[in-house]
Amino acid sequence: MRLAVVGAGAVGRSVVDLAGEYGHEVVAVADSSSAVVADGVDSRHSGVDSDAVVARKAERGIVGDDDPEDALAADYDVLIEATPTTLGDAEPGFSHVRTALERDRHAVLANKGPVAERFGDLRGLVDDSDGEIRFEATVGGAIPAVSTVEDIEPGHVTAVRGVLNGTANFILTRMAAEGLDYEHVLAEAQDLGVAEADPSFDVDGTDAALKCVILANVLSFGAADDPADAREFTLADADVEGIRDVPGSALRLAAEDGRTVRLIGEATGETVRVAPRLVPENGTLAVSGTQNIVQIETTHAGRLNISGRGAGGPETASAVLGDVGRLE
Amino acid sequence: MSDARDGVPEEAADGEDATPDGGHAATTPSTHTVRLELVDEPGQLLAALHPIADNGGNLLSIYHERGNKTPRGRIPVEVDFEATQERFEGIVEALRSEGVNVMQAGTERYAEEVTILLFGHLIDTDLSDSLSRIEACESASVADVSLAAPQGTEQASSARLRLEARAGETEAALAAVRELADEKDLRLVEPLTGVEA
Repeated sequence: MRLAVVGAGAVGRSVVDLAGEYGHEVVAVADSSSAVVADGVDSRHSGVDSDAVVARKAERGIVGDDDPEDALAADYDVLIEATPTTLGDAEPGFSHVRTALERDRHAVLANKGPVAERFGDLRGLVDDSDGEIRFEATVGGAIPAVSTVEDIEPGHVTAVRGVLNGTANFILTRMAAEGLDYEHVLAEAQDLGVAEADPSFDVDGTDAALKCVILANVLSFGAADDPADAREFTLADADVEGIRDVPGSALRLAAEDGRTVRLIGEATGETVRVAPRLVPENGTLAVSGTQNIVQIETTHAGRLNISGRGAGGPETASAVLGDVGRLE
Repeated sequence: MSDARDGVPEEAADGEDATPDGGHAATTPSTHTVRLELVDEPGQLLAALHPIADNGGNLLSIYHERGNKTPRGRIPVEVDFEATQERFEGIVEALRSEGVNVMQAGTERYAEEVTILLFGHLIDTDLSDSLSRIEACESASVADVSLAAPQGTEQASSARLRLEARAGETEAALAAVRELADEKDLRLVEPLTGVEA
């Protein structure tokens, strides 16, 4: 498949880097201010030189000398939307996907914004297009959460829950293990690059909530006989509590009783809830550090647990490229 | 024996007429649960069971929570037995006169146990009032409280509460705690109920 990668952060760069290994060719790469578009697409060597793109991004902060619009207009089969997640109108990611679908091309999203905030609009665009959308990378990084729910069939999944934010999980794990308070562990996480300078998105539960909203949309639209009857979820429908004010003493009390606290997200076709919850210390959901886990509750197949790396460039790119493979 | 009377459930202490099902309760055996606190020494459990069997209680189950400790560092044991109301009173008296600490005795069988964390200004917002209000919501009783206030009573503190809820009423009990937490601006960490496996 010929890929146009929009967004040159850790995920976009990893997709560019790994696409060849998966048998795909990158024909265009864009970041917010620049782009590089391949001249021809006749042979497997005619695509974008991915090493050069990654090097230019690192050295000069640009991916090439073309205009970002040129990448959207390039001759690709699949658009990879890997720009940063934005809320509300989910722009510019939403428009990038719309452009691809209006051109009857596929789109694979690593950007949570459009699938969490405008799922209904996306479904409408897909209905009028020969293109499809996929978005495995938006939930749980490398973990195949969306495709597993699809395989089981959303109508036979009663709930999906789990630990879906590695930063918050790292902080809770360290607080419990070292008996330290939130502020102390946050500073450590920032030093290690596990938490961002502004950690709000992770520690306030927004990121986990977006993932659960996406899962709720998958469940709701997937289970409905007629998509018009499906309930659409956005972040505003989620009940969200973060971990910012969880004191170290609460974690100690939990540990005395063989329990611990994890930021757990839960999605059904009717509700989305993210909150710190008490779980057994050695239980399945008490994954450590930056690990994520997705637990799927099914009607006929019991409970499935999938844990793994919930973030990271190559990990998320592997989910993106898995989606590209499903579109072939 | 006045000490022993303190442990007898109120409806029994008030006399037979006060029991909800009148005279039948005194003669029909029903299931009772007592929660005992034992010192972790050999023979303690057996010593606690004798007064029950010797006074006409028919033992049904014993839940010896070895992994748990009460706030006083002892081991909680929950014993279910069948007895008439009259014999039940005698059993509780006998246990106490043997020196066994009866933490809780009642005809109500609490089938579900749920542990929660509360944190915030627990002490400034009157912890004992909070606990009595949870007790007042008929779905649950507070079995155990552990408090941690590492920065003194004026700073935020944390508490772990073990609630015993009636069968099928865990959600109602949690709803009552949620409401209390909202009102007092406390944060509640709920368990993931029904998921633990």
